[in-house]
Amino acid sequence: METIDQAFVLGKRAALNWMSAFLPDWTMVFVSIIISATAIVIFGPVTMMYLTWFERKLVGRIQNRFGPNRVGPWGLLQPIADGIKMLTKEDIVPEHADKFAHFLAPVVIVIPALLIFSVVPFGRGMVAVDLSIGILFFLALSSTTTIWIFVASWGSRNKFSLLGGMRSVAQMISYEIPMVLSVVPVLLVVGSFSTVSIVEAQSGWNWFIFTPWGIAGFLVFFLTGVAEVNRTPFDLPEGESEIVAGFHTEYSGMKFALFYMAEFMNAFSISGIVATAYLGGWQGPWLPSWAWFFIKTYALVFVMMWFRGTFPRLRVDQLMGFAWKVLLPLTLANIFIAALWLNLESPKNNLISALVLVAIVTIIYWANRPEVPKKRIYRYAYED
Amino acid sequence: MDIFGLIGPASFYGFMAGILVLAVLTVTTRNLFHSAIFLAFTLIGVACIYFFLRAEFLGGVQILLYVGAIMTLVIFAIMLTAKMGDPSIPQSNRQRLPVFLALAALAFLLVPQIVKTSWKVVESLKTTSAVELGQALMSEFVLPFELISIVLLAALIGAIAIARSDQ
Repeated sequence: METIDQAFVLGKRAALNWMSAFLPDWTMVFVSIIISATAIVIFGPVTMMYLTWFERKLVGRIQNRFGPNRVGPWGLLQPIADGIKMLTKEDIVPEHADKFAHFLAPVVIVIPALLIFSVVPFGRGMVAVDLSIGILFFLALSSTTTIWIFVASWGSRNKFSLLGGMRSVAQMISYEIPMVLSVVPVLLVVGSFSTVSIVEAQSGWNWFIFTPWGIAGFLVFFLTGVAEVNRTPFDLPEGESEIVAGFHTEYSGMKFALFYMAEFMNAFSISGIVATAYLGGWQGPWLPSWAWFFIKTYALVFVMMWFRGTFPRLRVDQLMGFAWKVLLPLTLANIFIAALWLNLESPKNNLISALVLVAIVTIIYWANRPEVPKKRIYRYAYED
Repeated sequence: MDIFGLIGPASFYGFMAGILVLAVLTVTTRNLFHSAIFLAFTLIGVACIYFFLRAEFLGGVQILLYVGAIMTLVIFAIMLTAKMGDPSIPQSNRQRLPVFLALAALAFLLVPQIVKTSWKVVESLKTTSAVELGQALMSEFVLPFELISIVLLAALIGAIAIARSDQ
């Protein structure tokens, strides 16, 4: 059991031992870094490839069709065929495009997506760097993605691209605020930014989702996460039915694939961070720790894809209203609720914070009730 | 372990040279949008220096505030500037000499002070840890902290008052 749990950690140690036989001592630090970095650099794109397969199969199932089923058994080789197709496609750059910006954006956008993986705790002892600011590092990196999306849309010199880029910037700025605030309760209770100590604070069945503030925080964090990676129902920046393909209208071939890769890797890492912060990360009985992490993360990814198969796209005003009028007050209140929960004694703190949460949700619901216009009364002229 | 004594400083100075090159590109590029991109890279480079010096919290905040928030603002400002759509129009003016003189005067004032200061190397600085920083803000510096929050609140209310339509 212990061996299975630590399989990857032991594997790395064995590789290091084997290499130390014929490499000088001082290189071992670099070899250790290279092994971790290579694992992440391979893991990211492979996850992305099979997430595209998973999404196409799942959305196909939801829409009562098969999805990819020609290349390999159950279409399992489809992502590889797609990769070859993307690589061999002609790379088209519009004549009046800002060549520098057009080239730079898809290249740079992948870097933060990959760097985020370095603070995700995949299992017990399976984190590339246990940064003391883990969660803050994730938030900081995901906030930089906005710039590169905008650089892509500006560099394309296409009105649809620019519209998509502007939508994307507006959306990401709005959703970043509730996103940052929705993690604050976790930091308040754990007292550390480190992703490893956040998971360790949820040992046993003390997952944060089982507390009143945890439910609210989890929902807000997950929804803002879906909005941050521009997925349905928050996919206005690339709304196909309105603005062709949004910020990546003018991209083809591998450059488009890089945008796609960044989006899917972000979707995965955001699910991983949500699972870490609220669902107990790799904590769980019986199964090895990394299995629990992947079960929780893929469950969240599944929900994201389920959203895509179910919900229509939001309107711009609904999108902004949801962020500023519902999520923001809820997160601010949630910090207060978490503080209440933390400072009261064990049995009654759950009850009191749950009551406060219900009261606040009711108030927010009441304040956002749809405005029903007064019923018009028509009167015919001859009636008088 | 001698090799680390060599690689550490060498990579650090190489890194700083790279940041300087990016900073020079920021001010010399004729295209304003490209300048903004180089500025973003410069700011990320400064954040990397913080990470290098083990001030992770500072590095994280640098990326979050300067790259995430302020750069977005800069890009918005560029977007709202007229005539940006035409790349053939030069987007900087020829006032190098006055700028150089003003900067030289500033450097004349600053450099002697920088040289005079004795930079003490402390093992681990307390202000770089988020927990210590938070406790300091809530105890010793609670008055400035509250003052800043009032200023920000006033700015927020002011922004809403300016932006709301007259009804």
